Amino acid sequence: MTIRSQRDFLAGLFLVIVGGAFAIGATQYNFGIASRPGPGYFPLGLGLILTVLGLIVLATSLVREIEGGDPVGSIPWRPLICIAGALVFFGFALPRVGFVISFPLMIVFTAMAGDEFRWKEAIFNAVLLTAFSYGVFVAGLKLTIPLWPA
Amino acid sequence: MDLLNNLAVGFSTSLSPINLWYAFMGAALGTLIGVLPGLGPIATIAMLLPSMYALEPTSALIMLAGIYYGAQYGGSTTAILINVPGEASSVVTALDGNQMARNGRAGTALATAALGSFFAGTVGTLVVAAFAPPLTKLAFQFGAPEYCSLMFLGLVGAVVLASGSLVKALAMVVLGLLLGQINTDVITAQPRYSFGITELMDGLNFVAIAMGVFSFGEIIANLGKPAEHRSVVARKLTGLWPSKKDFRDAAPAVGRGTVLGCVLGILPGAGPMLASFTSYAVEKKVSRHPEEFGKGAIQGVAAPEAANNAGAQTSFIPMLTLGIPTSAVMALMVGAMVIMGIQPGPQVMTNNPALFWGLITSMWVGNLMLVVLNLPLIGIWVKLLTVPYRFLFPAIMAFCAIGCYTLGNNNFEVYCAALFAVVGFALLKLGFEPAPLILGFVLGPLMEENLRRALLLSNGDWSVFVTQPISASMLAISVVMIVAIALPAIKAKRNEAFKDGE
Repeated sequence: MTIRSQRDFLAGLFLVIVGGAFAIGATQYNFGIASRPGPGYFPLGLGLILTVLGLIVLATSLVREIEGGDPVGSIPWRPLICIAGALVFFGFALPRVGFVISFPLMIVFTAMAGDEFRWKEAIFNAVLLTAFSYGVFVAGLKLTIPLWPA
Repeated sequence: MDLLNNLAVGFSTSLSPINLWYAFMGAALGTLIGVLPGLGPIATIAMLLPSMYALEPTSALIMLAGIYYGAQYGGSTTAILINVPGEASSVVTALDGNQMARNGRAGTALATAALGSFFAGTVGTLVVAAFAPPLTKLAFQFGAPEYCSLMFLGLVGAVVLASGSLVKALAMVVLGLLLGQINTDVITAQPRYSFGITELMDGLNFVAIAMGVFSFGEIIANLGKPAEHRSVVARKLTGLWPSKKDFRDAAPAVGRGTVLGCVLGILPGAGPMLASFTSYAVEKKVSRHPEEFGKGAIQGVAAPEAANNAGAQTSFIPMLTLGIPTSAVMALMVGAMVIMGIQPGPQVMTNNPALFWGLITSMWVGNLMLVVLNLPLIGIWVKLLTVPYRFLFPAIMAFCAIGCYTLGNNNFEVYCAALFAVVGFALLKLGFEPAPLILGFVLGPLMEENLRRALLLSNGDWSVFVTQPISASMLAISVVMIVAIALPAIKAKRNEAFKDGE
């Protein structure tokens, strides 16, 4: 047995795992009976459907011929880590040190995701966006955002 | 006359200075963001949604509608100028529009798109105003089984129109439905999939999901490509106004596109995209010079643009009358209404006529704004495209991140968005289309509630879905749609249509 489409193989695997996890989780909740469906009724059904769909995708990935093996391709680790990391950082830092410090730092972290990163540009962009966002969100829309370290 | 009375109520709301201002702001912002590549109306609305909670509901919805049209129009602008359709429904516009731009007729193409859209928008608004009230009366006859079948139809529509594999689109809908199950069960108050995390008991926030999947996932995927694939080049614009001959050629195409758009827009899940594809095909059929299509035929711009705008208009009908979103954008609008304390559905028209009619008339106002705004500003929008991506994506991130935090003044949503950024990227990599997911997510809890209520009332008898006439006919339409898409002939056409677009 050979994998004809790497992309579909992984996609199918993903669906089976997620669907299965939801279905197993649903068994903890009362399934009820058909005339009185409980909280587990709908998620269990959906989880099983997703698992079946995943199996179908898996099966086609082994059968259907695709030129070049349909590889998933390399994972751009740098943008992935920088973008997700910048968000986590912002979520962590905002309530602790406030908008004025955490916001420009997040923008610089974000900018590092690109392969054309330059310190000067990123800092310029960060200052500009912080000033603009302060004007729009804090001064203009009066949203409650912690500004300084608590 | 009722219609005129209602429109008068609406205009008195939508023409108030403050709402005019919001309509204008919405249209301007929508266009501004719509012309940026990779940001369609979904991402735009998701990004701006949190900052609107501070507004009064009517104004906020008017602004959202403005953003929707603006983004739609902005998407067409980039389709014509640089062959990058800003969103799915302007994919066909790119075919002939970009050819016109290459022939030095970019101005003509843009003006045709703007005027065609405006005409279609005007007709679409009248159609919405005329048909919403009778449909609302029908909506009061909707019980649990009917709602359930209608949502099923909407989900099928979303699957049928997604590009790529049907099974995978179906899987996205189911995954969306499942994510919607992370909440507290409405009937028994049992928390589900919350792992003891208090925030999860209220369910995931759809804005965080939409931002993560649509905005951040896209950014990561974009940055993964070599820089030269991201760069966009603007061309020079010559001669803005269409000639008399252009008008003669385009006018009937606009008319046909409008009619098609109005009809197809109402179908759940289908909306503007199907309308634009179909009208392009129709124009090619009726034209005496089909060989001109793909080489810069003005009908090839006029008809799909009219159709997608008319469709964008009439796709509000199911949302306004039933509270059922028929597309990802509508899902965001429904979400916005809920957050602002308005339960969408047939009762909105009677309980809140100013909002209902204000929103309908503001559609027309929004369209007018677009023409006023865009004809003189086309040159500026083009300049905007020259802002390098390395400045653009941190800005998108920044606005999204701050919006996410202000959803609940809580960093939990920011963490969620980070998680869904990774998920969104993974989905793109694995060849899944995320739009059906968000629709499934919004419909999930609604669908579950109605399904369980229907079963409760029918004593566990599933046949209730096929014995009730309204419910049965909606299920029948769903089956026809599924069968149609599975037929080899149509399947080939569908693949062709999506291939053309890429």
